[in-house]
Amino acid sequence: HGDVSAKFCSRRSADALRPLPPRLQSPDVFATDNRISIWSSGDLGNAGLNGEYHGEPRLLCDIQHNGDVMDMQTLSANHRWEKAHYHVDQDTSCGGAACTGVVCSNPEIVTVGEDGRINLFRADQKDAVRTIDNADSSTLHAVTFLRTTEILTVNSIGQLKIWDLRHQRNEPSQIFSLAGDRVPLHCVDRHPNQQHIVATGGQDGMLSIWDIRQGTMPVSLLNAHEAEMWEVHFHPSDPDHLFTCSEDGSLWHWDASTNVSEKPSFLHQGGRSTAYLSHSTINQSVVSAWLSNDPTKDRMEITNLIPNQTLSVNSLDVLGPCLVYGTDTEAIYVNRQLFA
Amino acid sequence: MGGAGPGAADEHRPVTVVPGAVPRRQLCFAWGPAEVLVCETLFGRAGTGEGAPSTSRVFVVRRDQDIYIQTLRKLFNESHGIFMGLQRSEEELAGKSRKAQLVQVSKNYRSVIRACMEDMHQAAISTRDPALQGQYSTQVSILSAMELIWNLCEILFVEAAAAGPLLLRLLDWVRLHVCDVDSMVREVLSSENPSKHKLFWNLGNTQTLTELELKWQHWHEECQRYLQDGTFASNPHMESICKILLGDEDAILEKKELMTTWYHFLVTRLLYSHPTVKPMELRFYAQSSMDLFLGGESSPEPLDMILMAAFEFEMHQVIKECSIVLSNWWFVAHLTDLLDHCKLLQSHNLYFGSNMREFLLLEYASGLFSHHSLWQLGVDYFDHCPQYGRVYLELHIERIPLSTEQKALKVLRICEQRQMHEQVRSICKIMAMKALRNNRLGSALSWSIRAKDAAFATLISDRFLKDYCERGCFSDLDLIDNLGPSMLLSDRLTFLGKYREFHRLYGEKRFPEAARLLLTLMTAHIAPCSFWMTLLTDALPLLEQKEVIFSAEQTYELMRCLEDLTSPNPGSAPFQDDDVETTKVEMLRLALARNLARVIVKEGTVEGS
Repeated sequence: HGDVSAKFCSRRSADALRPLPPRLQSPDVFATDNRISIWSSGDLGNAGLNGEYHGEPRLLCDIQHNGDVMDMQTLSANHRWEKAHYHVDQDTSCGGAACTGVVCSNPEIVTVGEDGRINLFRADQKDAVRTIDNADSSTLHAVTFLRTTEILTVNSIGQLKIWDLRHQRNEPSQIFSLAGDRVPLHCVDRHPNQQHIVATGGQDGMLSIWDIRQGTMPVSLLNAHEAEMWEVHFHPSDPDHLFTCSEDGSLWHWDASTNVSEKPSFLHQGGRSTAYLSHSTINQSVVSAWLSNDPTKDRMEITNLIPNQTLSVNSLDVLGPCLVYGTDTEAIYVNRQLFA
Repeated sequence: MGGAGPGAADEHRPVTVVPGAVPRRQLCFAWGPAEVLVCETLFGRAGTGEGAPSTSRVFVVRRDQDIYIQTLRKLFNESHGIFMGLQRSEEELAGKSRKAQLVQVSKNYRSVIRACMEDMHQAAISTRDPALQGQYSTQVSILSAMELIWNLCEILFVEAAAAGPLLLRLLDWVRLHVCDVDSMVREVLSSENPSKHKLFWNLGNTQTLTELELKWQHWHEECQRYLQDGTFASNPHMESICKILLGDEDAILEKKELMTTWYHFLVTRLLYSHPTVKPMELRFYAQSSMDLFLGGESSPEPLDMILMAAFEFEMHQVIKECSIVLSNWWFVAHLTDLLDHCKLLQSHNLYFGSNMREFLLLEYASGLFSHHSLWQLGVDYFDHCPQYGRVYLELHIERIPLSTEQKALKVLRICEQRQMHEQVRSICKIMAMKALRNNRLGSALSWSIRAKDAAFATLISDRFLKDYCERGCFSDLDLIDNLGPSMLLSDRLTFLGKYREFHRLYGEKRFPEAARLLLTLMTAHIAPCSFWMTLLTDALPLLEQKEVIFSAEQTYELMRCLEDLTSPNPGSAPFQDDDVETTKVEMLRLALARNLARVIVKEGTVEGS
């Protein structure tokens, strides 16, 4: 695989991968699903001639988990919150509803689910701090923090909502939606530095960039994948880079850093497909490459990082030079030289 | 993933006790896709007359596949990748390059088997549960046998090694699979007769067959001369080695304990007596080797029969025997597919119409569908079964349990990509109904939109309207206020959206617009008749405003609507004639009349502008 190492882990498709942040572990550790497992992808003592790591990820520890794991975050905590999501009656066995998304901002934890419910937990408290029942009449697919007291959710009727947790009202403070058909939105991520820039991915594989300071519609609509986009992530330290993965088996790297000639090249051997795309923007906007409207500078390089795609890429995460993703072929892949 | 072919003789069929079933009762059963449903019947055993109604219970009897599937999942997943690569590979490559490609595929399959064996071996040594250890060890030996058979098939069928290289491959094959090499002989050989040794191990690529034969003949004669001259007479050990080198069967047989199997014996024998053996000659040597080696003491085991069939180039026999012996279809399905790509299988039509390759792939893939995650691999296999794959897929895909929305979405995507519209509609309906039952109206609508199911959208809208009528306000405003173009999916949904808009306009005190909208809802027949009374009642506050809102024209329209509603039409339901309704109607008539009066005056008056 060149600089990508892979492991078939016989896990039901990895739905969630998160590298543990550096202050807890080296960025080599990530978790997969269904059994919740912690793997190590790196052992610097085994570096090959060019500093490439050739080994397979190694399992460190895991526990059994009932049901599919849909999302994951890391936090020091020692709790289970059972039956946090349910339809109608919490206690009937078939009344449970899938919890589709979770986000942490130590010590707070927010979850959303197919029951349209938003739960707010604290790591040290047994019961939910706050619950918004029927926050949404459709399924909430993902949640992320906008600011420390505000969250963003996306749902299955194509709406992006901002919720202000300081208010006791059980209503979103703002609702955004796509212009055309109400295509379900599956994932959301906020720009790490510029909090008004939000990216969402839809069921039709479309990537939308929103400026939440203005308007209720997206700034850019980028036609990307051929099927559901399951996850979208801005690179945490280099946010001109965005990553999306999809049911169609591809993982796209979107590079909006404006100076094309200085662009780092990617060492992916074989099967590199690149496309140049100019934004089709609606609003004039400011500094960020994602909102930029200048046609001469406005070229974005998009690369599919998977040469032989077969089944869906369900989840990805990126930290530093390291990219991790999991597929429905029950394998996890680690690329430790993303910007080599 | 069951799999015994017809006529499988199986003395070791385990007896399963169904816990909770009363022993003397008769049980009846029915097959499911991966399990058996069993229940007690009314009837007692024949002759006992003990039949009687029992508690009504249904037992689901399932083979405990957990361990089995868990450890082989890696095999299934990786081989799926190889399978897909093979299906997509270019058929235009001809001759040598195509053959090299196919050999590489075969090697890939084998390396996956070996990797799996390694994992299972690791699992066996690291587990502390003796039962598990036993299971893992069994799996290791099964995988080892599979690799042995596959390897031989690769040599004989895929690579179709010719005389010369054939023996080398067989040597490698035996060496790989048999731990005890005749090390003693080799050791002696290398120390005593270096020249012979060098010649010997040079069998191969650099020499043509005739050159090889000549050299070997020469060497053989030399050996024979040494033996006859008594050169080794003083050393019985060396003498026996010399005899072995000459291919003396008895001498070789004496060393039987060094060779673990008859095929090891076969290859050793060929090495020393017929190194340039041709593929078609193998069967004779194989048969006699097996007879000599087993010597009537033991009878051949299934593995032996399979290998023998391979040596005899009876491909179909190999596949048939493997199907019977192995408890899963994985092996035969993938091997047969590979052989089919090598164009080695005639289109051997089975009696129910599909060919062998397709039959095996269908069986294998069907087995995958009983697993909560591996079913996705099964889809790809069905795609490559041209005759029945589609039908099988249609039947199986509808029966996948849709435990989460994400799973349903994956299933839907697969159906949509294959234009399986019936299944798309059916799955969306199931999900929409589930959502509706859980009161998730937005989710239900989202599924209807995906399926473009107007009828269901109407159903959902009716639910909303019913809620409104009961509670006097709308639930889920976030949904109704943001319907967008999906509003057009059904008339009822359009009405719902527009009706909500009316309420919004009224709330914003935009009365003339609200009034216009209200009227349009009735006159354009967007509103269902059952709702007209409600709409007219909604018009009341507008009629009673200080300012005149409805124009004369509009008032006449409203009056007409009221009359349409109240006068009995032939064929329509009679208008409800109770007190509340009558009062309402009267109030409306009064309000309309008053409005008409005011508006006539207003319109008749010349506004001084």
